[in-house]
Amino acid sequence: MDNSVKVREFVVENFLFGDGEKLKDDTSFMEEGIIDSTGILELVFFLEETFGFSVEDDELVPDNMDSLQNIARFIDRKLNGNPAKGA
Amino acid sequence: MGIPQKERRFRGESEGDYFSNRLILIMCGIAGICHINGPDGLSLDSIKRMIGALCHRGPDETGIYIDDQVALGHARLSIIDLSSGVQPIHNEDKNLWIVYNGEIFNYPELKKDLLQKGHRFYTTSDTEVLLHLYEEQGTDCLTQLNGQFALAIWDAKKKELFLARDRVGIRPLYYTIFNNMLIFGSEIKSIFENRNVSRQIDPIAMDQIFTFWTTLTPRTVFKDIYELPPGHYMKACDGKVTFKKYWDIPLYPRSEQSDLAPQEICRQIQQLLQDAVRIRLRADVPVGCYLSGGLDSSGATALVVRNFNKDVRTFGIRFDSDGYDEGEYQSLMVSHLNVNHTDLRATNEQIGASLPDCLWHCEKPLLRTGPIPLFLLSDVVRKSGYKVVLTGEGADEVFGGYNIFREAKVRRFLAKYPHSHIRAELIGRLYPYIFKNPKLKCTLQSFFARGLDQIDDPVFSHFIRWESTKRIKTFFSQELNSAVGQYDGYEQVRQSLPESFGQADDFSKAQYLEMAIFLSNYLLSSQGDRVAMAHSLEIRVPFLDPRVINFMAKVPAKWKILGLNEKHILKKSFEGILPKEITSRPKNPYRAPIKQSLLNEKTAEYTKEVLSAESLGKTGLFDAGKVTRLLRKAQAVENLSEIDSMALVGILSSQIIHSQFVQSFTGVSADSVAPALIVDRRSKTSMAVS
Repeated sequence: MDNSVKVREFVVENFLFGDGEKLKDDTSFMEEGIIDSTGILELVFFLEETFGFSVEDDELVPDNMDSLQNIARFIDRKLNGNPAKGA
Repeated sequence: MGIPQKERRFRGESEGDYFSNRLILIMCGIAGICHINGPDGLSLDSIKRMIGALCHRGPDETGIYIDDQVALGHARLSIIDLSSGVQPIHNEDKNLWIVYNGEIFNYPELKKDLLQKGHRFYTTSDTEVLLHLYEEQGTDCLTQLNGQFALAIWDAKKKELFLARDRVGIRPLYYTIFNNMLIFGSEIKSIFENRNVSRQIDPIAMDQIFTFWTTLTPRTVFKDIYELPPGHYMKACDGKVTFKKYWDIPLYPRSEQSDLAPQEICRQIQQLLQDAVRIRLRADVPVGCYLSGGLDSSGATALVVRNFNKDVRTFGIRFDSDGYDEGEYQSLMVSHLNVNHTDLRATNEQIGASLPDCLWHCEKPLLRTGPIPLFLLSDVVRKSGYKVVLTGEGADEVFGGYNIFREAKVRRFLAKYPHSHIRAELIGRLYPYIFKNPKLKCTLQSFFARGLDQIDDPVFSHFIRWESTKRIKTFFSQELNSAVGQYDGYEQVRQSLPESFGQADDFSKAQYLEMAIFLSNYLLSSQGDRVAMAHSLEIRVPFLDPRVINFMAKVPAKWKILGLNEKHILKKSFEGILPKEITSRPKNPYRAPIKQSLLNEKTAEYTKEVLSAESLGKTGLFDAGKVTRLLRKAQAVENLSEIDSMALVGILSSQIIHSQFVQSFTGVSADSVAPALIVDRRSKTSMAVS
């Protein structure tokens, strides 16, 4: 399964409780109130478990985590050895 | 439990004062029916049933007044002085009749004036003082009362019914207008005893609860059932029902605020609080204190011990989970004051199992489990022989204790330079317990930076809280969403604000919103009167003495929260009587476990049953698919997020409220009520109705 699809499924199941119709790739989790602080930790835990990398404290910024699109880029950078955006 | 009379006299009052000033305790419920258009016959059984539904508020004695147009009922818990306290009470010529729930703490002073004016009393109760004051001054009498009350006065000569409620809404009063009848009661269940009154959930009320944590006054969760708003009275006369606000939360522009030095402010607050406590100890029974270990209840208890009664009994709550338990501070205060303390250990199992009983009394969905331990505590207090307690409620609103006030201040500060990292760091100081995880720093700063471009919006201070809570509406069913339609709760709040709001400082605006929305409808009801009166316990709240409220409204914002130090004035005022560990301790908001309470070994099965697709289908309020996912998530994760936790309680409690009041409301039998007093003035034709 494509990495983006996995993330989308996780977000739809856990934060939108199955209702993913309005979730676009560039929807801001923070602005739309989709994920709160505890939710971010759940998301990080999911990313680390699923993709086998660890998320550093300074990588936890909106540029990396605030939308499906940003997360997809972040995963790509992490898996391909490119430096992820920091704070 | 008998307490020797001499122990009940408090230091600071002479023996003469004590016996003349004792307040005959009348914990009770009131109810009534009034034909708005004139006499149309009334049934005795109807009012008996309404009173029967309030028996927990006044289990010992009932009284009824009934004529062809109005029926008034009263349920009373008898303490002493049976002969003089039975209600309804009348004036000299028996034209005015009152049923009343509450206490007027300054009634001895009011009575002196009335005696001088020639009024004659046949009881020693404050109820009768209130009635004569109304006779003397009409509705203006309300502004002179320092107390907590809900009342109904029938003027049999003018055929006018007058209902009123205390300033901040400590005592409840609900009503509905149905078939040209005004039906009212201390609790909604009493109104539902009239079988023709429909029992439906109000979709707009659901939208409000799942945004503001409670309904916006005067709405309740039940369609067409309203509360008489705090600080209001209403009249039914000549076919019309009219409402009037006689008091509002005071807001002063800076030019009208005080220029006193902080030391002088503290000195005056010390005096006011001491007197607020003194008059609230007026009772014909011993008065206990809630002691949580927080600043407010510790301060109130210390005032009692130091000035009035060193042997006061205190009561507190302990929790299983460390994040909630305040045992360390509670024990510190117990040692410091050397009081006889009883604590209730509220286990997660107890909290979860008591949710339905608690909701029966709260009569509204809850987003938190905090009310339940207080419901359990009132039982312990009552069984310890105490019928009245002082509590610390209201101090956070009046003195500026809530994080939401500090949050608004920091967000305004941040809004000037939204990209300033240094300014954003201040957010972490507000919520050290959620910022302790360094991973969250950037995310949380972004979270609190939302809405920074809306600092001129009157609801700016509450934007983050309400926006977060609103997310729970994602669980609403399609039907509920359609019924809510385009309703905009924020706009309703904006429209309801008084003219003086615009001239007030930002901090006072936040205080106003908190008091107008949250104080009466949640704190003083679901965590106050309703859970206390469930076990016939009366709470008294010295921090909400009108003199204290008004004085603090004139204190400039800079002294209320000094920098980010909340309740600065109160802390300074209590410095001499509380240990430093209490005045300088970090504030830990009172709350109770949610997931651990609702999904533990003993309660999970019940929770799952109430949240099953079948149960959800019966109410039609929530999307079963989403709720199933929430439940699955709640069981799977170790730490359920704040919003998911609130969703869990909110959905569960809405389902239970629907079941208790809409689906399966059984009511009480009129035969269960045997009034000690019935004043029946009905004509023969009318009596046939019963």
